[in-house]
Amino acid sequence: MNFDKELDVKGLSCPLPILKTKKSLADMPSGQVLKIITTDKGSVLDMQAFAHQTENSLLSFSEENGTYIFYMQKK
Amino acid sequence: MKKMALIASKGTLDMAYPPFILASTAAALGYQVQIFFTFYGLQLLRRDLSGVKISPLANPAMPMPVSMPVLLQAMPGMETMATAMMKDKLKKKGVASLEELRALCLEAEVKLIACQMTVDLFDFERSDFIDNIEYGGAASFLEFAGSADINLFI
Repeated sequence: MNFDKELDVKGLSCPLPILKTKKSLADMPSGQVLKIITTDKGSVLDMQAFAHQTENSLLSFSEENGTYIFYMQKK
Repeated sequence: MKKMALIASKGTLDMAYPPFILASTAAALGYQVQIFFTFYGLQLLRRDLSGVKISPLANPAMPMPVSMPVLLQAMPGMETMATAMMKDKLKKKGVASLEELRALCLEAEVKLIACQMTVDLFDFERSDFIDNIEYGGAASFLEFAGSADINLFI
């Protein structure tokens, strides 16, 4: 999937992946896609909750060997 | 805009995390947030947070690497050791430090209010605390909390 910016927060725990996602999105224009890579198991639910509450779109989610990859499109 | 009001009343390392984690996250989700720091919670507003510690004493739920009799937990230096171990663990697991979370709260415009009554009670000086905070009492907390969507006492 195409993306405009990547955020690698592997190794970081709650709430840092969410806070850093918020910061990264703030610098991006509407419609751009942010790729987020995490290892925090809690981020699987948290990213969905973040997207839902901030009206950004979680385009896709996948897991690979304990690494979670999200594609989030800015509102 | 949604609002969240928190009261932070505890000044130990473990209990310092919930208010700062919730406040910074709520701010990221678009909430307007206020934290009212009272009694031991005032410790979390000090310039120097190195005095914020955790004690295994009277805390039987704290996971310890080796089980330790209560009398040993009361020995001098145990609190410092437990605090160092906990901070090391937090760092290894990628959990932000209190200083970092507090800075993120301020950056996200979370309003931090020190309870003036307890500041006076414990003879604190305003110079003990970080600069960008306000001082108020129960009425100022309730004014915001009265219209908040979430109210928590921590």
